[in-house]
Amino acid sequence: MRDWADITIRSLLVSGSATILAALIGIPAGAWLGLMGRGVRLWVRPVVFSLMAMPPVVMGLALYLLLSHSGPLGRLEWLYSVRAMILAQTLLALPFVIGVTMQGIAAVPGELAQQLRSLGANAAQVRWAILREAYPAMGLAVAAALGRSLSEVGAVLMVGGSIAGSTDVLTTAIYQETRSGNFGIALALGAILLVLAWSANLAVAVWQREPAT
Amino acid sequence: MSGARDGEACYRLRGVVRVVSPTFELRIGELDVPRGQVFALLGPTGSGKSTLLRMLAGLESPTAGQLLAGGQPLYDGGNSALGRAATLVFQRPLPIRGSVRTNVEYGLRVRRERDSARRVNQVLAGLRLDRIAAQSAGSLSGGQLQLVALARALVVHPEVLLLDEPSAHLDPAHVALVEEAVLADQRERGTTVIWATHNLFQARRVADHVALVLDGQVIENGPKPAFFDDPRDARTRDFIAGKMVY
Repeated sequence: MRDWADITIRSLLVSGSATILAALIGIPAGAWLGLMGRGVRLWVRPVVFSLMAMPPVVMGLALYLLLSHSGPLGRLEWLYSVRAMILAQTLLALPFVIGVTMQGIAAVPGELAQQLRSLGANAAQVRWAILREAYPAMGLAVAAALGRSLSEVGAVLMVGGSIAGSTDVLTTAIYQETRSGNFGIALALGAILLVLAWSANLAVAVWQREPAT
Repeated sequence: MSGARDGEACYRLRGVVRVVSPTFELRIGELDVPRGQVFALLGPTGSGKSTLLRMLAGLESPTAGQLLAGGQPLYDGGNSALGRAATLVFQRPLPIRGSVRTNVEYGLRVRRERDSARRVNQVLAGLRLDRIAAQSAGSLSGGQLQLVALARALVVHPEVLLLDEPSAHLDPAHVALVEEAVLADQRERGTTVIWATHNLFQARRVADHVALVLDGQVIENGPKPAFFDDPRDARTRDFIAGKMVY
């Protein structure tokens, strides 16, 4: 019998940690790319967007090979651990954070910089103002990363192994309960997952809400 | 700019060319903008007024020619002092996130100026924006945004105020409000105002000096009475008479 509370907490820990790590790396990277010229974005955008479409099982396979005992990172002994699952989800979420942040900044009208310079802002102040304008996009990037992490199953299954009481999370548990024919339990776990996703996105929406004054 | 000698032109342009696109360029042989006056740049839409204003604001450099501001070259590899002496109010103002007040105090905040609350309140009241000061700037109409853009320029007390059709989206009452606010500020602080407008009547009301810009060139410029009562160029006479000269 699975401990559903334990699985739910582990899901939140893995996906939450992955989202925070992806945001910490991806928002500055996306902001930097967004502030670069159009020429740089022209080359970077297809790469980032392709990585967004990477199938999780491919990421899982690559990490499995890296973390396996005979792999270059085998000495870490992370395979079939929560750490490996967080790493996998971070790498899967990262392109979403970078891509959405970069696009959000690129969408700020170029003339705003001229208008702020004309009011006396220096280059750093202009860049900061542009980043503030792209604030909703950063919230969207975090929400997209969280959605990607919470719903992902292929990579965490490969590098985590869905070991009961140790590395099983909601998505892998749903997969295993379905294979065992326990459709009612699988549906209930799916409902928990949806509630978590909705709550997290609501929190992001409230956090990025524009103040009235 | 503040170190310029009295009687010296605020701006002096000699052989200035700005290539805007393969089909349009601004070409100004000679133009002096007097200090401490309201200088109207009169001309139809697309004649090059906005391009000229952006150059005078230090935001775009000329492709060729000499542009002096207060006797100093405006483009000598980055004249940051001018950036803070001249302020341009754009035709399509873009607000930053936040309230009307946040937008109006922006220039003072980035300049780290003291006593900003009093100045912001004064300007807000002068343009009748005090009632919507707490409202999100993103929710304003085009006309209200123009007032906010003017307010955020006036509040920093620029030496040179550059206005690009600042009342284009306003009703007559608000046009009068804008004209009153700019002229009051000009009288009080001796600001040099360069006011781009396609409105002949507005130029007559506000200007001390008028220049007609047609197809990227300054056709004629001079003190208001001479410009309107005794124009030298036939195109100026036709423009004043309301004929299509473009």
